Amino acid sequence: MRPYSYVRAQDVAGAVATLAEAPNAAFLAGGTNLVDLMKLGIETPDILVDVRRLTSERIEDLEDGGLRIGAAVPNSVLAADRKVRTRYPALSQALLAGASGQLRNVATTGGNLLQRTRCVYFYDTTTPCNKREPGSGCSAIEGHNKNHAVLGTSEQCVATHPSDMAVALVALEAFVNVQGPDGERRIPIEELHRLPGDEPQRDTTLEHGELITSVDLPPLAFSSNSKYRKVRERASYAFALVSVAAALDVKDGVVRDVRIALGGVAHKPWRATNAEEALRDEPATRENFRAAADIELEDAQPLRDNAFKVPLVRNVITRTLLELSEER
Amino acid sequence: MSTTAPATGTAIGAPLDRIDGPQKVTGTAPYAYEHRSDNPLYLYPLHSDVARGRVARIDAGDAEALPGVIAIISHQNAPTLADARDRELSILQSDEISFRGQYIGAVIAETFEIARHAASLVGVFYDEEPHDAAFSPDRDDLYTPDRLNAGFPTDTEEGDVDEAFSSAAVTLDETYSTPLEHNNPMEPHTTVAVWEAGDLTLYESTQGAHTTRRTIARLFGLDRDRVRVVALHVGGGFGSKGLPHANTVLAVMAAQMVEGRPIKFALTRQQMFSCVGYRTPTVQRVRLGADESGRLTATSHEVVEQTAKIKEFAEQTAYATRTMYATETRRTTHRLAALDVSVPSWMRAPGEAPGMYALESAMDEMAIKCNLDPIEFRILNEPEDDAETGLPYSSRNLVACLREGAERFGWEGRDPTPRDRREGRWLVGTGVASGMYPVFRMPGSKARITCEENGSYVVEIGATDIGTGTWTALTQIAADALEVSVEDIDLRIGDTDLPSASVAGGSSGITAWGSTIFGAARAFRGRHGHNPAAGDTAEAGMPDNPDTENYAMHAFGAYFAEARVDEDTGEVRVPRMTGVFAVGNVINAKTARSQFIGGMTMGLGMALHEKSLVDPRFGHVVNHDFAEYHIPTNADVGEMDVAWVDEHDPHVNPIGSKGIGEIGICGSPAAIANAVYHATGIRVRDLPITPDKLLR
Repeated sequence: MRPYSYVRAQDVAGAVATLAEAPNAAFLAGGTNLVDLMKLGIETPDILVDVRRLTSERIEDLEDGGLRIGAAVPNSVLAADRKVRTRYPALSQALLAGASGQLRNVATTGGNLLQRTRCVYFYDTTTPCNKREPGSGCSAIEGHNKNHAVLGTSEQCVATHPSDMAVALVALEAFVNVQGPDGERRIPIEELHRLPGDEPQRDTTLEHGELITSVDLPPLAFSSNSKYRKVRERASYAFALVSVAAALDVKDGVVRDVRIALGGVAHKPWRATNAEEALRDEPATRENFRAAADIELEDAQPLRDNAFKVPLVRNVITRTLLELSEER
Repeated sequence: MSTTAPATGTAIGAPLDRIDGPQKVTGTAPYAYEHRSDNPLYLYPLHSDVARGRVARIDAGDAEALPGVIAIISHQNAPTLADARDRELSILQSDEISFRGQYIGAVIAETFEIARHAASLVGVFYDEEPHDAAFSPDRDDLYTPDRLNAGFPTDTEEGDVDEAFSSAAVTLDETYSTPLEHNNPMEPHTTVAVWEAGDLTLYESTQGAHTTRRTIARLFGLDRDRVRVVALHVGGGFGSKGLPHANTVLAVMAAQMVEGRPIKFALTRQQMFSCVGYRTPTVQRVRLGADESGRLTATSHEVVEQTAKIKEFAEQTAYATRTMYATETRRTTHRLAALDVSVPSWMRAPGEAPGMYALESAMDEMAIKCNLDPIEFRILNEPEDDAETGLPYSSRNLVACLREGAERFGWEGRDPTPRDRREGRWLVGTGVASGMYPVFRMPGSKARITCEENGSYVVEIGATDIGTGTWTALTQIAADALEVSVEDIDLRIGDTDLPSASVAGGSSGITAWGSTIFGAARAFRGRHGHNPAAGDTAEAGMPDNPDTENYAMHAFGAYFAEARVDEDTGEVRVPRMTGVFAVGNVINAKTARSQFIGGMTMGLGMALHEKSLVDPRFGHVVNHDFAEYHIPTNADVGEMDVAWVDEHDPHVNPIGSKGIGEIGICGSPAAIANAVYHATGIRVRDLPITPDKLLR
């Protein structure tokens, strides 16, 4: 671990200004991922700017009927919130499916979105990795890639995004509020994370110095009928092989509207828009759910070890939508 | 006939609370790293980033310039070892690199953080050579080792197996594999080393204080009495701390270079995957032949596994097959691939655990082919005597374990039809397997008993408690051996200043140390009677047991598991397991139960989770942390039902006990694999059983 200096800013503007002047500084929130990465020499900031007390720790109602989640709200608090549990159950379930009780107490909403991939080669500084060291090559493409992406990969990177929470937020069409050197902006969460392309070192569209201050959950009439299903080898404390967040609105046996997002399949939480389109106004049947999943997976490009993700995703989409259509 | 009187006291068998329990839960039990922290220095290792070649140049300028850095060790300045024959241990004696992750140096600094930072600043340049780290049973350079771990013969052959197999009414020919796995005790390997005026003191996380002393004294050319090793409490070993590894050598080298100041060295979790041993991967071809009634006529178990080019470790994977069942003909073989990799070593039940996964999976498949219940099939093939030695068993109660287990688990009426039970999205199945573990009797232990002023007895033996409950169990044994209460025993273990003791390995601790304490008690009473004076003392070695020549001695167990498999995802959960064991006298009903549960849980991990991913392009394990190398969490462990049958074995040792540290794991993976087959109709022959293997 490289020596670094630790700074506590007075407010968000101060924190943002500090980073703007220091190209190798980083924000520190819960630190559950960043500190590990620093110990391993993967992240090497000169300055850590502690933002934990700068952003809101509150979950507030918005005028439009949605919720605003302060960036500093711990994962455990967000998961337990009554409004979240009743209005956005997929989000609560996703949070509880991640990490451990201790980590959820420390990890924040903003930090959760900015977790870095769990690719074993990214974590091993003795092997090439384009995300860690651009241009060095990707060790996963011809290596151990059971946990890697099947959608939206590039020749540079096949890593997946590890967050459970982000997958639920994508299905719930959340917005991320950001403050940066050039002011504030509001980003649809689908546009926060990016595909690897030629710049796998960039996980998100945030610019250096931009700080997530809150996340907005818009009102969605059927978000209370939502679910998060995570598949993993052991029963807890494991990143997803794949996961599905879905919200479903069925009337008289017909899909009026649906939201589907996938985890563990891509460099970003994957919004399954093709499947959603295929299902709108169609009967809510197992066959249709499966067919829609297959449409979404048409472009899947499995690697040596992860071809199983294609049938797995299809099965989990189908099962999750079936459960949502039965539970209404 | 027994040659030693059995124990008659009341302490043995009682579910005594751990006498070290309060210390441990209050954080005051001193583990190795917590010793001698006055003015210490910290060590951080440098590992090779190539798998084969030479260190061409080390650029340590930036690291040496860092405030707080005391020294950089490398082959250029490391102490020369007096005995460098063991190439796993003789580190830094040349520029040669034999596997990726090998120690090529270290940083000594005033703090751990400085040492780690400095290590990242050391530039190492290599002359890299092509390496070979790809394990495969199809290699054309497999070789036959002279003998196996623990001295067992490499191959055995009884009768004409090929003829019996080709003429059998029912046959099975399948290949099973188990992956490379890493022991990961909660406490990583840790040393505090102090070299002062020619005396070396090690506070060491080890399974054998005396074993470590012997090895280190030999390597460094020191008189044994100038080396002291202290290991009062050890946070688990699972075999990885049974034999000293290179980490201890590195710490001692550093201590020698900074004479007078303690060196503290604890491995990080990631570093646990490079230099402290692991379980070899295995590929096992099992062939079984039976007659129409289901009696085995042919048994063949052929194993391929790996070892390191620098040091041979030949795991006894097919050993259990030599004694488990009666069969007219039998063959067991072991072949090794020698690779540019670190040295494999002991991991809980080396041999038996992977070997019994294959054998007991094959027995399940064969029972189905023979149209027999898997329990009845095993009982039908129960042997009279031990085929390996030709000797009768000192006791063998596998059948009782199977029957008792069937009763407890609710086996009766089980419909063998696979994929026929469903609860919601779960496919449900049950499975059974047998297991065995030999009674090892390691030589070299001595105990001393001394009467105190207050009438209590100091019992001294340099044994180690690696978390299994040795502190408590040996106190109970000493109480019964001296015919006093446990309150009158002041046990002292975990220090080479105490009389010699064998390693805590091979589930042999209680047999070796307990027998020795019995011998010492007999010597003490013989010399001083039942009313000794303060200061009266006696010392004795482990008594001979002529019965070891007359009997085959093994512990046995029966394992039952329920598996639930999610039909959509292939996720496997094991809501309950039952284990019933025949292990002679149980010393402490409470700590024994914990041992069995621990072994079964590790078997659950072996069945479903554990796998070290070797990337042969680089030559090392890439999933080297607990985020990616999975062991069971609490949520994975369901109801663990544990019992043991009454077994009185007058031959095994004076206490009538068999070791229990390893038997718990032996049959557990196969029981789970067999349950998964029953649930799904899918036979997974390659561990671990992960969702991708069960998706249809």
